[in-house]
Amino acid sequence: MTTGSAPGTATLTRDPGGPRLALAGDWTLPHYEALQRRANELAGAVDAATVVDTTGLGAMDTSGAFVVAELLGSARTQSLAQDESLPPARRALLKTVGDAIDTYCKGIKRPRDAGFVVMLERIGRAMEGFWKQTLKLLAFIGITLQGFFTNALRPNRWRVTSLTSHIEQTGLDAVPILALLSFMVGCVVAFLGSTALAAYGASLFTVDLVGIAFLREFGVLLTSILLAGRTASAFTAQIGSMKAREEIDAIRTLGLDPIELLVLPRVLALLIALPLLTFIAMISGIVGGGVVCLLALNISPSMFLTMFQTDIPITHFYVGIAKAPPFAFMIAVIGCMEGFKVSGSAQSVGEHTTSAVVQSIFVVILLDATAALFYMEMGW
Amino acid sequence: MSARETVIEVRGLVNRFGTQTVHENLDLDVYRGEIIGIVGGSGTGKSVLLRTIIGLVRPVAGEVRVFGQDLLSLSDERRSQVERRFGVLFQSGALFSSLTVAENIALPLVEHAGLPRADAQRLAGVKLALAGLPVDSGRKYPSQLSGGMIKRAALARALALDPEILFLDEPTAGLDPISAAAFDSLLVTLRNALGLTVFLVTHDLDTLYSTCDRVAVLSQRRVLAAAPIDEVAKTDDAWVQAYFNGPRGRAATAAAHAARE
Repeated sequence: MTTGSAPGTATLTRDPGGPRLALAGDWTLPHYEALQRRANELAGAVDAATVVDTTGLGAMDTSGAFVVAELLGSARTQSLAQDESLPPARRALLKTVGDAIDTYCKGIKRPRDAGFVVMLERIGRAMEGFWKQTLKLLAFIGITLQGFFTNALRPNRWRVTSLTSHIEQTGLDAVPILALLSFMVGCVVAFLGSTALAAYGASLFTVDLVGIAFLREFGVLLTSILLAGRTASAFTAQIGSMKAREEIDAIRTLGLDPIELLVLPRVLALLIALPLLTFIAMISGIVGGGVVCLLALNISPSMFLTMFQTDIPITHFYVGIAKAPPFAFMIAVIGCMEGFKVSGSAQSVGEHTTSAVVQSIFVVILLDATAALFYMEMGW
Repeated sequence: MSARETVIEVRGLVNRFGTQTVHENLDLDVYRGEIIGIVGGSGTGKSVLLRTIIGLVRPVAGEVRVFGQDLLSLSDERRSQVERRFGVLFQSGALFSSLTVAENIALPLVEHAGLPRADAQRLAGVKLALAGLPVDSGRKYPSQLSGGMIKRAALARALALDPEILFLDEPTAGLDPISAAAFDSLLVTLRNALGLTVFLVTHDLDTLYSTCDRVAVLSQRRVLAAAPIDEVAKTDDAWVQAYFNGPRGRAATAAAHAARE
């Protein structure tokens, strides 16, 4: 404990009367490493016949007592703890540490190094986790749909206040950031298009590029990714902190259904908000493209609109906006489900929030890719 | 008793939050090797006193000397050295939730004693065993433990550096009577074995009777009495009388006397 103490020593001598182990100096935490090394050297040489001499022993704390107890073994430690020549406090320390080791420390071992088998084990666990996760998601979708259909025909059970508040939080509050984001991406797409198409003398087709890109893909994808980050995490954090404080259990014991009370309003709010936001994103993106066309390519707004009207069929809009409801549903369901998976601690809330964002972005992009393939085959 | 070595010496302590004065000229001595229980009604500043002594709260006036050194006037480095001789058990455990129990206990061993990680983890196992936990609980995270196990794990972390003074803030609050009793006897065992001085803030009358050598009553912004429990119980003060001679106090007294006989 104090600095400048004499490090503990253990000396094994072969007296005529049998081997003799002399412990001296301070057996304390600052000298632990050296003591442990010395104990390992002596480990094989100390046997039941060894006489222990503690006359030179200085200070001793729990770590020193642990080394002694390990070196001597359980039975010798206990008999040393009975030794009347030791001060009572020292005997009590040895006895307590000896008892603790006997009772609980069976099989303290240095941890195994990670190897190939451990790596395989981890891969296996991860695959199993992924599979279970998928099953849970499907189950939760099932529960949510069931809740929706049982309540759909009973207007008195609709949570209108909660629904409107969530539409405000997830929809209205996201408009500024979403509009700005889409506007800037629209500018970037138009710049890229104009430079790439200029090589073919076709920079006029930047209008078509921006229009089709935003109507079919970017509008809905930007909105979904933004809301996956903004709303799925919020849902997880809200429901998760309720779960952590046992509020969800309280809802159940009051005979209420947490799905109906917490999940349905959130899912419905996002189902309404996300298509509307998608529309806003499409418009802002196209406006962004239009501004670049005006400044960089000298395409006037009226010409931009005329080209837009003649070149781009309305199908592109339908195809894009049709993806919004399924994306909204998945984002909301994943956000809520991760909230329900929170257990106890604040740490867990954080982990599940991260997981909700990662999963919902992954699912959105997966669905989008699938939809692109489908539309291509259908010729839409 | 006056011949015993004083390890904590509080003189003229004043603690004030805004306009509310918590302590006014508070004096307290804690002697080496004793278990002192601090009691008092809600809001009498028991936890504030503990936090002042361990240096988390800076008092408005007065001095706190631990091992004869004034903590407030020490340089950061010297202070850290003194603080290594403390072990603190916070009310809700305060185990780091991102680390396993064994890593929680190994942390001070790695940081302060400079042990390699593997050795620190082995020693952490011993500390867990000393606190009465099975060694495999070291692999768990704090969120996977029950309330009683969290207290024991936190005690194991408080004992990591073999402290000379152990500060406990309501160690038995929220434990069932069996776990609380087991914690009490563990405390006495450890004190006897490791020669600890224990500063115990508690509401638990049974803990006071079964473990404490002396009890200090905080009331009216100071220490009203500091003496063995039977003497304190005789103090002529409305709060003390209500506390020790109320229905719960009488039950605990009776149980304690029965246990002694």
